[in-house]
This record gives sequence, C-alpha cells and structure tokens, in this order.
Amino acid sequence: MPLPAFPRCLAAVLLPAIAILLTACGEGPWNSPYPAGAASGRTLFASFSERPKHLDPARAYSSDEFRIIGQVYEPPLQYHYLQRPYALEPLTAVVLPTVRYLDRDLKVLPDDAPEAAIAYSEYAIRLKPGIRFQPHPAFVRDSEGAYRYHALTDEQLASIARLDDFGELATRELTADDYAHQVKRLAHPQLHSPIAELMKTYIVGFRELADVLKRDLDAKGPGTVLDLRDYALEGVQVVDAHHYRVRLHGKYPQFRFWLAMPFFAPMPWEAERFYSQPGLVAKNVTLDWYPVGTGAYQLIENNPNRRIVLGRNPYFHDEFYPTEGEPGDRESGLLVNAGNRLPFIDRVVLALEKETIPYWNKFLQGYYDSSGLASDNFDQAVQFSAQGNAELTREMQAQGISLETAVAASSYYMGFNLLDPVIGGLDERHCKLRQALSIALDYEEFITIFMNGRGIPAQGMVPPGIFGHLDGPRGINPYVYDWVGNAPRRKSIEAARQRLAEAGYPRGVDAVTGKPLVLYLDITARGPDDKSLLNWYRKQFDKLGIQLVLRATDYNQFQQKMANGNAQIFQWGWNADYPDPENFFFLLYGPNRKAGLGGENAANYQSERFDRLFERMRNMDDGPARLEVIQQLQEIVRHDAPWIFGYHPKSFALHHAWFRNLKPNLMANNELKYQLIEPAQRVARQREWNRPRVWPLLVGLILFFAALVPAWHGYRRRQRASAL
Amino acid sequence: MIPTLFWTDGLFFLVLVMAGALVLVMRRREHFRRPWRTVSRSTPAMVSLVVIAVYLAVGIVDSVHFFPRADAAGSAAGANEPISLLDHWLGGLRTRTEKTYSEPFAAYAYAKEHLPTADGGQRWDYPRLTYGGAHLVDPESERVRDIAVTGVRGAGQGGLMWLIAAAGIAALIARSRREPIGRVVHRVARGQTPLPWRAMLLTLLLLCVGGGAIAEWSAHYHVFGTDKVGADVLYQTIKSIRTGLLIGTLTTFVTLPLALVLGLAAGYFRGWADDLIQYLYTTLNSIPHVLLIAAAILLTQVYMAKHEEAFASLALRADLRLLFLCLILGLTNWTGLCRLLRAETLKLRELEYVQAARALGVRDHGILLRHILPNVFHIVLISVVLDFSGLVLAEAVLSYINIGVDPTTESWGNMINSARLELAREPPVWWSLAAAFVFMFTLVLAANLFADAVRDALDPRRAD
Amino acid sequence: MSAYLIRRLLYAVPLLLGVNILTFLLFFVVNTPDDMARMQLGQKRVGPEAILDWKHERGYDLPLLWNEGAEGTAQVTETIFYQKSVGLFLFRFGRSDQGRDIGADIRTRMWPSLAIATPSLVLGVTVNVSLALLVVLFRLTYLEFWGMALCVALMSVSSLFYIIGGQYLFGKLLQLVPISGYDGGRDAWRFLILPLTISVISGIGSGVRWYRTLFLDEVEKDYVRTARAKGLGELRVLFTHVLRNALIPILTGIVVLLPLLFTGSLLNESFFAIPGLGSYTIDAIQQQDFAIVRSMVYLGSTLYILGLLLTDISYTLVDPRVRLH
Repeated sequence: MPLPAFPRCLAAVLLPAIAILLTACGEGPWNSPYPAGAASGRTLFASFSERPKHLDPARAYSSDEFRIIGQVYEPPLQYHYLQRPYALEPLTAVVLPTVRYLDRDLKVLPDDAPEAAIAYSEYAIRLKPGIRFQPHPAFVRDSEGAYRYHALTDEQLASIARLDDFGELATRELTADDYAHQVKRLAHPQLHSPIAELMKTYIVGFRELADVLKRDLDAKGPGTVLDLRDYALEGVQVVDAHHYRVRLHGKYPQFRFWLAMPFFAPMPWEAERFYSQPGLVAKNVTLDWYPVGTGAYQLIENNPNRRIVLGRNPYFHDEFYPTEGEPGDRESGLLVNAGNRLPFIDRVVLALEKETIPYWNKFLQGYYDSSGLASDNFDQAVQFSAQGNAELTREMQAQGISLETAVAASSYYMGFNLLDPVIGGLDERHCKLRQALSIALDYEEFITIFMNGRGIPAQGMVPPGIFGHLDGPRGINPYVYDWVGNAPRRKSIEAARQRLAEAGYPRGVDAVTGKPLVLYLDITARGPDDKSLLNWYRKQFDKLGIQLVLRATDYNQFQQKMANGNAQIFQWGWNADYPDPENFFFLLYGPNRKAGLGGENAANYQSERFDRLFERMRNMDDGPARLEVIQQLQEIVRHDAPWIFGYHPKSFALHHAWFRNLKPNLMANNELKYQLIEPAQRVARQREWNRPRVWPLLVGLILFFAALVPAWHGYRRRQRASAL
Repeated sequence: MIPTLFWTDGLFFLVLVMAGALVLVMRRREHFRRPWRTVSRSTPAMVSLVVIAVYLAVGIVDSVHFFPRADAAGSAAGANEPISLLDHWLGGLRTRTEKTYSEPFAAYAYAKEHLPTADGGQRWDYPRLTYGGAHLVDPESERVRDIAVTGVRGAGQGGLMWLIAAAGIAALIARSRREPIGRVVHRVARGQTPLPWRAMLLTLLLLCVGGGAIAEWSAHYHVFGTDKVGADVLYQTIKSIRTGLLIGTLTTFVTLPLALVLGLAAGYFRGWADDLIQYLYTTLNSIPHVLLIAAAILLTQVYMAKHEEAFASLALRADLRLLFLCLILGLTNWTGLCRLLRAETLKLRELEYVQAARALGVRDHGILLRHILPNVFHIVLISVVLDFSGLVLAEAVLSYINIGVDPTTESWGNMINSARLELAREPPVWWSLAAAFVFMFTLVLAANLFADAVRDALDPRRAD
Repeated sequence: MSAYLIRRLLYAVPLLLGVNILTFLLFFVVNTPDDMARMQLGQKRVGPEAILDWKHERGYDLPLLWNEGAEGTAQVTETIFYQKSVGLFLFRFGRSDQGRDIGADIRTRMWPSLAIATPSLVLGVTVNVSLALLVVLFRLTYLEFWGMALCVALMSVSSLFYIIGGQYLFGKLLQLVPISGYDGGRDAWRFLILPLTISVISGIGSGVRWYRTLFLDEVEKDYVRTARAKGLGELRVLFTHVLRNALIPILTGIVVLLPLLFTGSLLNESFFAIPGLGSYTIDAIQQQDFAIVRSMVYLGSTLYILGLLLTDISYTLVDPRVRLH
C-alpha cells in the first residue's frame, strides 16, 4: 500500500536517521560515557563530586585534594600500604629519619634525656639519589643554560592555554633544596597554609621567617612575588644535595607523621618561578592547579568543570610492591604482585559527578571501577549477616563486586560549649547534667537510622586503630555504658533521669525556679534529609523532659557563633591528620580553645589536670606508660563530658572484580600506584551489562504514526468535501 | 489549646477575604458578570474549580494553627511547636511513623533486618511494620482481601457523604429556581442545567469515593508508603498542599500593588515617570531571576540568624522563609503584568471618554480609579490565574537548588528533591515521587484549565 | 537607524549601572567579607589571623562604598564597590573567591552551554512549530482536542520530573544513552541526545499552545481565505502563507532568547553534569562564591539587554514596514 504523501515524507526523514543511529552505535555499549576503546586501556575510571580547591601542597588539606596530589607529590615518608597498625616507611628518604635531641646550647643529648633538658630536636633526612621530577616546561633550559619559559612573552603566551601547549619539557634531579624550599613556602603569608600557625610553634625560625616575609610583602605592595631562595629558615639546613635537617623547638615526636603528608613534599623553585608569571595566572595555569612532583603520576589535564586526568610519570623512580603485609593479605590476593615494579595503572580519569543517581548507576553499569556507598544505595548493595557483619547482597555478588570496609580515624560528636552558664562549668552538678544527656542520646539508634549501621558508637576520644584505643570492658565509657555479657550496653534512661535529678533538674524542671529546662542546639541544616535528623534529636532530649530548641543557621553564621563562643550545643567532627592519639586529645586542650583563641577546641574545655596530663602524653613514645596516661585522660573527659562521644564512621567502598589490590588505608593518600586494572575483563563485563533496548522506542514511534493516520484520512475527506 | 497566627496564615486569610469581596463586587456589575457566566458554563473550568476548592479547603484547615496542650506524661517536645487543625485531625498519620521505607499498603518493611527467632537466634528478613497492616495476623493471605474490604467500606462512606451533599445541592437549586426537586434531579442527571452540575457532581463523587477509601485505608496502612525515616508520605503530600497554595497566592501581595500602581502611572502620566518605571522594570527583568531569589533567600537567613531570639521555633523560621520566598517571587514577577498594564493604559488614556473626563476637570486619581482601573482589571485577573500554576511549579525547581522553602517545610519541591535519589535504589523507591507528582499535577492541571477558561472569557480579543 | 542604535546603547549604561549597584548591595549585605573568607579557607585549623590576611589580600578589607580615611578621589576608588564593580563594565571579571580567573572560566564553559542550548532551541522551535501546524491542520478533529489536552497535561508536569524520568527511562532501563556526562568534540552528541530530548519534550506543552494561537490568528485572516478560495490545498496554505506571516512573532520571540543561550540551562546542566555556565552559576550559589555570582548576573543582564536590541533590529529585517528612529 502506498503511503499517503505526508507520512511518506516523514518516513523519508526518519528512517535514515534511525538507520544512522543504529550503525553509529554498532560497536560497544551505547551508553558508555567514554570514547570507544577507552575501557580496553589500563585506565582507572573514577569520579569526584566537588572540584578540589587547592592542589598546592602547602595549601591542600582535605581528602579530595590529597587524593590527587598524593599521587604527584612525594614527601620523604609514606605509610606502608598493607601493614596494620599504620606504620611509616621511607619514600624518597633512604631510611626513616634519625632524631637527635639538643640542649639549649645545641649540645647533643642522649636519646633518653629528660624532657625538660631537651631544647631542640633535630630530624636528619637522607634522600635516595637519582629521583627525577616529572617532565615539565619549568625545567627547560636553552643552550646557554637560561630557563626558556621563565619569562614568557605575549606572543608565546598567545598560543598557550594549557600546560601541554608548551613545546618542550625537561626534568631534573630531586635535591634536598627542594624540600627546604617547600618548608619555607609554608611560612609564606600569601599561601595561607593551614598548618602555618602550628609550625610557628615548632620549626625553629619559622615564625621569624613568616614575619620577615609579611614585612617585605607589605613594603613592596601586594602584587610582588618574593623569591624564597633569598630568605633563610634557621630550622631547615641543607647539608648536601641529598641530606637535610629540620630543627624543632622541644620534643615533638608527631613530626614524623607530618613528614608523610604533602605539606612536606619537595617543591622546585623553578616551578614556583614559572607559575608566578602574570600571563599564566590569567589563564588559570598556576601551581595551585598544576602540581609538579616526583610521584608515580603527573597531572595531565585539569578541567575542574569536567574531569581531571592523571598519567604515568615517565621518570618515576624504582619502587616495588610490598612483599609482606598483614596476616590474611596473602589469602585475599593482595600479595599477588609482591615485588613488581610500580605503578600498574597507566592513566586515571576522574570525572565530575555531582548527582548520586547517575554516579551509582554508572558504577552498576561498569563505567566506574569503584564507588563509595551513599546511604541511599545501601540496602541495594549490602546486607548484614547473622553475626552482624556487612556483606554484599546476592545481586552485587553476582556482578562480581567486592566490598571493603574500615573504621575511619574520625570522630563525630555533640559538643557542649563549656562557657555556657546552663550547660557549661566543670562542677559536679553540671558534669552530671552532661552525663545524663550522654546517656539519653542513643547513638546506637542514630547509627541504625541515619548511617545504615555504618559506624560504631564512640566510647571516648580515641577511635579504633589508633594507639590508646582499648577494646573490651576496660575501654568503655563507664558513665554511659555497662559491660553486659560481652558487649557494652547503654545505661537505661532511668539512670539518666536519676543523674538529671542529681544535677538539679528532676524531670527536666529546674528544682529551684520551677521552670522547665530549655536547651539550644546550633545546627547547620541544609537538605530536606536534615528534617528527620532534627526531629530525632528533639525526641532524644524529650526522653528526659528537656525541651530542645533547634537553631538552624547557615554554615557561616555557625562558624561565627563558634568563634565567638555563643553556641550552646553543637555537632562537630574531626578527621585525624595522623594516627596518633595526640591528634584527638588536643581537641580538648585548654590553650587550644576556639573562643578568643581560634583553636580547634570547639567546646572551650579547660581543665588543668587534663592539660597537664596531655602535655605529658603528647611527647611520650608509644608503650605501656603512654597507654596508662591516655586512660587517665579518657577518664577525665568521660567524667567531665565536654562532648557526647558520638560515633566513629565506617567507610564502605565497592569495587568491580577487574579492579585489584585494594585495601582501605585511611592514612596513606598515594594508594593509586599499588592498584591494578584488568581491562579485558572490564570490556567483556561492560558489554554484557549494557545491552540497549530499542523496541520501546520503535513501538512509541509506530503508535505516534498510527494516531496520525485516521486524522490524515479525516483531513483528506474534508479536503475532498470542500473541493466539491 | 492556645491559638496562634503565623504571618502566612494571616496573609492567606486576607487573600481569601479579598477574593471573596472581589466576587461580591463583581457580581453586582453586569459587564463583569457576563464573562464569568461564560466561565461558569465551561465544563473543564467548573470541574477544575471543584478540584481547586477541595485543595483550598485543605489549605485553609492547614492554616489554623495552635499550640497543643502539653499532655499529662510531661512530654515537652511538642509544646513549643505549634500544629495546625489539619495536623490535629490527621494526628494518626503524623505520629504513626515506621523505621524506614515501606511500600504503599505494605505490611513489611522495605529493607531486611535482623529479627530474633523463636529459638533465640537471629534471621535476616523483612520485619513487620509497626503500624502498616499491623492488625493482620497473616498478611500474606489476608492483606489483599482486607485492602479491598476496607476500600469498599471507605468508598461507600464517601459515596454516602456525596449523596447527602448532592441532595443538598439539588435542594438549593430547586429552591432558587422554584422548581420541584424531582425535575431538578432529572435535569442535572441529563446534563441540561446551564452550569455543568452533572460534571461537577461526578467530580465530587470521584473525590468523595477516593477520599473516603483513602481515609479508611490510612487508618491501617500507609497508602503512599513511608519515606526514609518512616514518615507517612500521604501526610507529607497533603501538608504540601498549603505550601503550594501559599506560593501561588501570596505573591499577589507584591505583584498586584507594584504592577497596578507603577503600570497605571507609567501609562497614564508618561514622561519622566514612564521613563523611570520602565528603567526600573527593565533593570529588574534583566537580572536572572534565580540569582535574585538566591540572594534574597540568603538575606533572610542572615536576618534570622542575627535575630534568633525572635524565631525560637522551627515552625516560625520556616514560616518566615516561606513568606519571604513568596514576596521575592512577587518581586521578580510583577514586571510582566506591569508592562501589560502600561501598554493598555497608554491605549485607554487616548480614548474619548477619558479625554472627555479630563476636559471636564476630573482629577487624575479619579480618572485612574473610575475609568482606567475597571477597564484593565481583566488583565490583572488573567495574569493572576495564569501565574498561579507557574509559581507552584517554580517552587519545586527552587527547592532543588536549595533556595526554595525551608528544608523543614513540607512541600512538593522538597519531596521531589529528597526522593530523586531514591529512584536509584533497587527496587526503586518510587512512591514519594509518585505521590508528589499526582498531587502537584492535579493542582497545576486544574489551575491551568481554569486559567484557560478565564482567559478565553475575559480577554476581549478572544471573546467570540 | 544608526542614531537609534547609539541611543539604545547609551540607554544600556544606566541599566547596567543599576544592575551593578543592586547586585552589589544584595550580595554584600548578605555575605560579609568575613563570611567569604571562612567559606573559602575551609574548616580545619583556621584562625582569625588567616581571615584577616585573606581579606587583605583580596582587597575585601576596604570600606564598602565610601572611604573616610582616604584623600580626594581615593575616597571613592579605595572601596570594595569601586574595586570590585568597575571592572565588570569592561568585562574584567577578576578572580573568584577561590582564586581562579572568572573570565577564563567563562570562556571555556560557554561552549558546552552553547552546545546544549543552541540545538535545543532550534530543535525545540522546529518540533513545536511543526506540531502546532499539525494541530492547526487537523483542527476540529479529535486530534486537536486530544493534542491540546496533552499539551495542558505536559505543561502541568514539573521540569524536574522530565529530567528524573528521562534519566531513569533512557539511561537506566533502556540503556540507550549515558546517564550523564559530557565530552567535547566528536563524541559530544552521545551525551547531548538525552538532555536535548528532555528539554524539547518539556517545552512542547507551552510551545505548541503558543504557536497554535499564532497560527490560528493568521488562519482566520482574509488573505488565507482568499488563498483557500483560489483552490490551494490546505497544506500549501499553511506552509506557504500562514507560516510565512507568522514568522515575525516567531522570530522576535526567538531573538530575545539568543544571547541567553550562553548562560545555559541551570537544571539540565547540573543534572547531566554538563560543564557549562548554568552549572557554574549553581555551583557558585551553593559554594557562596559571590564573585562568580555577580559576574554571571552582570553577564546575564548584558545579554538580556543585547537581546532586546536584537529584537528591535530583527523587526526591521523581517518587516520592511517597521522603521526605527
């Protein structure tokens, strides 16, 4: 049957279009978000949800930033990939740094010298020779030895939009000067290094350097660029090309952990000079966006609007997969590549993915090799075994997905502002009040409802995995928990009411004035999900007959309030910088108060006994004596209850079968070089999981035209009628 | 029980009173009655009106707030948060929360849990819900039957209510027409009344039967399931009605005065006043509206943070944010109407009767009030009804960018915003999204149909 | 003509000044420099000194509008308003609070926005006009009634539902296209299909209704009756006569939109992870980076004013009877 004219012309347009569509998509899955063939390379596909703010090692301080620069910059030390508890090992250093103690007159003291006698400690770091930086235009020199790209002309700049537009690249050997240069950068007032204030109290001459730099900057006006090579830092001495020393005030054993963080990575002066050219700054080509390091990877493309691409550093030095790990690592296949040369993955493509739906779906379709686990996808992926262990659901197992879990070295808590007249104060009455609240706030329920069980209730300051944490009956918070059977059990609400009465508020009413007790929780509420959370808090306080007023503010107002010490109750969290209990207890150290002093002690807690013990504990070496002091500290804060110890989150991560050598390491940030992709398996699975279904579309099209046909006939009839 | 009046409550009632007054005024003028008669004869418009009336009733009941008395157990939590009459009536829906998601009409939770078994061990299975289908002994065998029986019972009750209402309406028509009631019923049934009573009553029947069934079901089930923290979705979506209505109506408090005063002034006085007003609205118009709204919403947050003793309760904060959102939406919305009014006034002022009035020495405000305003009023009406649905839709989008209503306010936008992640679950959690969709779609569709009819009737260019 | 253009351009100056002052007031009242500093410096280990430094470095420690301490013209120029706003007039957007050059970001992000907005406008207009013509062609049949009913229904659905539903259906269930993402160059089309389809479908409701009223206005006019009386087929009448005469309102409606193609669609871009200017703006709002927001406001206003100007010019091009003076 010949088609009527109108549908015929439509068909003439549509049929070829469909045909083109069908042929164009002939190879590979249609819905792959990558160019054809990308999956068959040794490329890791992952995502980032928010663009990293800083990639300058002096400024970066969040995990999403470390995740990138950790692969590029190499501080002298690193954490062993497999060993637990976390242990440091040399990275660019030959061995772990040696420490010697000096007295006031710079005379060397024996290692067991009393702390009072130690005026300085000195870390000596020896570097491996022959380590080279990634190829970079900043190192390129012409035949006379002058740097080719350090004074770019406008003509040269015109053809440059990104780093790979430079014609030539060069490298040079890593020296101790580069490390010294970076420490000086930490003092630079314009870089706002988050650890500058801390280092002022430790590194000898650091404060003075910062002051001099500030003075010179003010004198020369804001636009000037200072060459840090003209300035000396007393505490950092370069002995020779592969040997430098850092001198600190007093004893600070935690310094070795800082040496494993990117803050102390090497920075070639050439790079800083290169990137300070105004022409490049105007093109967003800066050190804060394009790192220059010695690590296994180099940043190839940095388009924070879409993707960040890392590629292998061709000059990466010899490094090998660890040959030993924790017991059980061999069985779980983590030692298959023992002794092989690193890295295994050639390229890493991090795509911007802000919405969790597409992210999760793409992971299930095989387009991301690994995925975190948001609470919305949790039920789909994970179930709990009868023993309470998390395991994957059957569908996930069928896809060959594996699950890794680890308790994060973080603590989330509800803090009380100790300066507040109602809730604060260290007398017995107020401590009782806070203890009562500690019992009433049922964090077990919180974890079930809001975290899908991905956390463990905190018993004190120290999370598991950090020295000082105790399991079993000795490790519980006796003011909130009882040890029943073989597990801690939260005290009954009756016990809380009892304590509240002792605090002077029987049934939540002030025994003196007869007025009900009203407390205020300052909170930054953002999404609709927070609503249920707020209701939950209110219910918890209601159990004691206490009215909770929620003061929801935005982030800025909240920060302002905290800085002024105006909040009453607040929630806060802390991610450890390094695996040492000092990094947690300092959050309650008196001289570290937030109000007025701007420290991290948000509760403004100040107890002389605690401060004295803390000062002793922080410089001790791990051992039974330190453990004892830590337990005393725990006892003090459990009794005084400046915080309601909330929970330590557990991180859950999923990955596909073709992604290997994954072991959660919450301290290390250079794990990428150990990991491995098997592309063949990935390609096969992606194809299998993504079969396009076209028929509903075709059915829809047919229905649409079917609906037109009677109308067409009606129209023809009318035409004929009017023509007659 | 201590009654309290929120800002939005007060303004909402003011809008209703003003609308009522307007209806009374217009009833007395023939040239207004004629187009409205056309509207009242249009079946879609009147059916929509019935639907809108039902939404409006819910919104009104939800706008009467009071502090509940603290109950004897000494529970303090509720005492500083006011609730509405609707909350009071739907008390069961509000308080019967499960632990987490459950499907519509489910008796079991959406996610598996550890359940203690009889022999002291644990098994990993779907737990029974605390409230949903809790009266059933064996849900597998009884549930479907129970749902059907309850549904029919509820529908029957709804039908009964409808019969009473329909009889009342028939009696009223009969009285005003002075006809025997039997004939009236006959004519309504055959669709021979000037007003489309048959269609309206059928719509009402549908709403009564559906509402009755849902009411009966909701006593024992979660008709639209529960959300992430186990709150009843039906309750949320009913509560969202008020938010939607407020956003659609309260904006008129800004748009109407601004557009009327400035539009008429610009068109009538021309000269520098015209230039200034045109400048004003072009400037405002040229700023992308989303950004203007974002700035204004952040402004309210700062204001509230600086005066927090005045906003002790969450409800009060949420209310103020809603009010500000309405006002700022009004501020971005008046320019279109203003431009139309200006153009119309420019035309009108040249007409003979206006010129004559001016020649006779009638003062400007007299001319504006008596001659120009009544003649541009149809434009105002059309624009108000046309804007309504757009504003309801805009709320959802703004909530997505986090610059809409307060996160604690129930609104369709917030429901969609939190539910969009749920579709990624397996099996997908579709019910929050579906409930928000159905309720929002119904309101917007009704509003659109009604607005179409109003425009067709009032716009002289479209009148036949 | 050129005198008219010059006058219109001059008229734009007070407009832009107004926009500038308004946004400046709004954003600086909302967000004090201290807030910005805290937002940008992050959470851990930020002292009050760091905030002072940050403000000093970016020039936010000056007075807002009037500098009492300075001399002469510096009283005006040494203020935040002067320093931060005057550059906008010259399209020097300066640096964002995070320290990136806004101008460079806008230049790179404008292309994806164009890549999605241009085809969706063209395709949208084509589809809407053809469907509207179809409806007019089949007027007074069941197709018109149901078509219009469908349009009202489509109009009544929130745009969020279109996006969520589209991603779920085409990306997840049918696995035809990537759920989200973007790639420049030859591969871009695979990512654009879904957002394009969705934006076209979500615009059908109001679009078809609008064009239908345009066409119906024309269809009843005398010249159409004459053409029909001459015995021309309805198809010819519609496509040659009606369409051509309805072109003026169609074109002027489109021209206003042209400059706004640059600024992109807020919703589509952020749902589909398209790195355009729309998602740039949303990110800036959510991160409270107001240097970016103000730049985008200014850019949006400029383009809007440009659109008005283009509309006027296009009148003269389409309809020779219109003269501008």
